[in-house]
Amino acid sequence: MSEPATISSFSLVRLLWFRTLLIFKNPSLHLGILGIFGFLLFYYLSTEAWELPRFEKLPGPVAVLKEWFSPDPMWGISLYTPDYYLHVWASVRRVGIALLIATGLGVPLGLLMGWSKVFKDYTFPILEILRPIPVLAWVPIAILMFSGTETPVIFLATLASFYVTVLNTLLGVESINPAYLRAAACLGSKRRHLFWHVILPGALPFIFTGLQISVGVSWFSLVAAEMVSGQYGLGYLVLNSYTSVTYETIVIVMVTLGIIGYANSALVRLLGRQLMQWRVRALAREKRG
Amino acid sequence: MPSDHLLELNNLSLAHGQPWARESIIHELRLSVPRQQMTVVVGPSGCGKSTLINLIAGFEKPDSGEVLLDGRPVKGPSHERMVIFQESALMPWLSVYENIIFGPKLRKERPLADIRQEALALLEQVGLSAFAQKYPRQLSGGMQRRAELARALINRPQLMLMDEPFRGLDAMSRELMQSFFLAFFEETHNTCLFVTSEIEEAILLADQLVILSNRPAHVRAVLSVDLPRPREIAILDTPQAYAYKRQALEILYEEALNNFRREGRPDDFLEAYTYQTQTCTSAE
Repeated sequence: MSEPATISSFSLVRLLWFRTLLIFKNPSLHLGILGIFGFLLFYYLSTEAWELPRFEKLPGPVAVLKEWFSPDPMWGISLYTPDYYLHVWASVRRVGIALLIATGLGVPLGLLMGWSKVFKDYTFPILEILRPIPVLAWVPIAILMFSGTETPVIFLATLASFYVTVLNTLLGVESINPAYLRAAACLGSKRRHLFWHVILPGALPFIFTGLQISVGVSWFSLVAAEMVSGQYGLGYLVLNSYTSVTYETIVIVMVTLGIIGYANSALVRLLGRQLMQWRVRALAREKRG
Repeated sequence: MPSDHLLELNNLSLAHGQPWARESIIHELRLSVPRQQMTVVVGPSGCGKSTLINLIAGFEKPDSGEVLLDGRPVKGPSHERMVIFQESALMPWLSVYENIIFGPKLRKERPLADIRQEALALLEQVGLSAFAQKYPRQLSGGMQRRAELARALINRPQLMLMDEPFRGLDAMSRELMQSFFLAFFEETHNTCLFVTSEIEEAILLADQLVILSNRPAHVRAVLSVDLPRPREIAILDTPQAYAYKRQALEILYEEALNNFRREGRPDDFLEAYTYQTQTCTSAE
């Protein structure tokens, strides 16, 4: 009876093959690629081909790509220079730490606020007062509070995503159908059981929506913070290129930021899908009708 | 000495709202639910039927009066009184099987192997063996209700509280669920308090039919429905069933009309009118 094993491994390969095919046959992928090319064409025509007013000073896509893929770049930053990766790594590391802190503090805080009304009454007003303060307004305080150049930047990148995470988690708890809480109480749940068995899993979809937003927010506050203080990182590189008039580098960094941010969100989405199979399957059923 | 009544409600009263604008929902309600019988509660819409279930389940506390289960006052929610809710309250993040073992596993009264065995037997009984590993939202409405029934039964409740459990199902699944539930009750005779707004469903299921008044709710009438068991849906076409239906509708009609005279709300008149038309059709 060794046959079933071979059949299953064979069908696994086939399954993976079909999945890959499916991705490439997916019309939304084609449309997406078409959209990107349309944008690039507009960019090329407006800058390098027609040199439209307001666009004529910008580096065109051909110049940027040449610089980006050049083994010997004019301004010292390309895919072939170690400096490029040093800056990327500095930023990725900071955002990684910032997201870990923001999620590690924000999710428990949001859950507690949703779980205990008294706790929410204590914390919600102060959170709402602190939240609208722009990240840049925190820069002096961050530099005063934290030593070195690394910690203040991480602190600033954490702030905004922390608020997003807390609020979305809280919203997630408040969106839980009260019938689940009652059913769980009927079945013998005490308050702490409710926390683990109803509130946490029930809030998870909102927590992951919050995480996706928080990834974006964290990247843009990081870049802002790096522009103000820091000696490495993509934000620092943008400002540095501006002052040294190396515009191709600016565009390279912007595109890099876009791609990394996209990959980062996709990663969070994937993790969410893995953790919430129940939701993926329910949605698939609803789509089938 | 156990009495014939499993559940007794003594002069139950409850008002909602702020102290300066109290609205009385239930007023001096007195009701006894006999053991091993099906007590069905009907009443005008919005008369506080769900609130009554909440009080018995222990989700809410009465302002005065008491709820006695087997002579002991009810303090809070417990698995002795399992509620089956209007809309499905299966946890969407647990599989059907995990939902069913949720209660017993949490309370740790029995070894897990026992729980597992009983859960599988119940799944078989409600016809969901093949769907044990599915998530609730992958099932149809009728299947969800059956899963919910299994989740309640594994706790061996003394009293089942059903709050319009078949509402929101399409006519076909509703009829299927009614026959399924009827057969189940006639086999087990698990004491049950069933709330509904459908007269026909009430007469089909009930041993004792309780008609509530308009808000604030109190018991307006108690009819004992002596139709032979086992019953089938076709029993609703017999003259006896018609007679019970007419009797119930007349009381509801009178109640709605009284309320219209007292408060002058057009909704009550419309409700009275629908009861009257239902009486006409059943007399044909």
